[in-house]
Amino acid sequence: MDITRRHLLLLLPTAAVAWKFVEAGTPEASPNYNKSEHWWGMLIDIPKCIGCGSCVRACSEENDVPDGYFRTWVERYHVSDWNIERPEVSSPDGGKQGFPPDQISDGKNFFVPKLCNHCADSPCTQVCPVGATFVSPDGVVLVDKNYCLGCRYCVQACPYGCRFINPKTNTAEKCTLCYHRITKGLTTACAEVCPTGARQLADLKNPKDPIHEFLRTHQVQVLKPHMATGAKVFYNGMDGSVR
Amino acid sequence: MFKDVEHLIRLAAVMLLALLLFVVLRAAVVPKSFGQYGHYRGNAISEIAARTPAFAGHDVCEGCHTDVVDQKKLGRHANLHCEVCHGALAKHADDPAAVKPQLPDTAVICARCHEANSAKPMSFPQVVTADHAGGLACGTCHKPHTPKIEDEPAKTASAKPVGGTR
Repeated sequence: MDITRRHLLLLLPTAAVAWKFVEAGTPEASPNYNKSEHWWGMLIDIPKCIGCGSCVRACSEENDVPDGYFRTWVERYHVSDWNIERPEVSSPDGGKQGFPPDQISDGKNFFVPKLCNHCADSPCTQVCPVGATFVSPDGVVLVDKNYCLGCRYCVQACPYGCRFINPKTNTAEKCTLCYHRITKGLTTACAEVCPTGARQLADLKNPKDPIHEFLRTHQVQVLKPHMATGAKVFYNGMDGSVR
Repeated sequence: MFKDVEHLIRLAAVMLLALLLFVVLRAAVVPKSFGQYGHYRGNAISEIAARTPAFAGHDVCEGCHTDVVDQKKLGRHANLHCEVCHGALAKHADDPAAVKPQLPDTAVICARCHEANSAKPMSFPQVVTADHAGGLACGTCHKPHTPKIEDEPAKTASAKPVGGTR
């Protein structure tokens, strides 16, 4: 078969159309906020937490979190003197309305706020089969809800239980570290309303951020360090019984 | 040298067409920004960042309500941001005339922080509200912006702050 002029005339426009599609897939330049200048995390000062639940309420309102689901929540730990390996943990309605009065006198009692740890090596993003969840260039673990299939792999993979399926959208949802706020120069909703400063947004790439001084001068831990997730939510004054 | 190559050329043409079809389909199906930063849709980042905040942030509040800021400086609530108690007010900040914030119920909002609980830090002021106030709203005696009592009554056993274990 010879390629005649007729064949070529048919083939060339088709190739041109195809090339246009390929070109269209080339990414566009990103807007003003410079992702490469930030590496976000959070500092949680457990001895300052009073379990008021302001953070949980603010998070729900800021992010339109459905009732009964939590992007952040507060746990109340009761560690008895004789069984420090098995703490009693309670979190009525995620601590949204604070905690009921009590006057337990034995053991050790404290609150632990929880949220997505925005792991640098996050197990949840690694299992996503379609690339709907990812660590952004500024270190925030996000979900692309338009791309998520709702397969729940990530919900199972998160060792911290920080993900859920939104019953309205049927897609995975989680803490975004208030990405829509921090990219506008605001702090997260939970840190904004924390009355005691127990929660503080931290930019690890900003040398002027007080987090660096704090990390140098305090005994700070992350949750489940043995899982090597590269968690970026740092807990100060955390008891060994916290899971 | 090559005899009867016509069928090979035909096959090549078919494969080329298939490849072309694949390229076109792939370009049509895969979102534009996929792969911009990694194995995900790069535009998802700006979509998530584009949402509007519900909480205005204390800098915005303090821009107008300087009187309350000055008042707050005198009391223990000096470092509390306005939206801790007054709730999300970005809409109010955008249009102060149209959106008026609700006055919080002190009986509920104060107790969330100050209700006695053994898990709270010892140094944090706490009361068992049922014993302490007997159903009265906290605002009856206390001023939430400068929360101290001028003539502090003699502390009863029930009014004494209950400490935690730390």
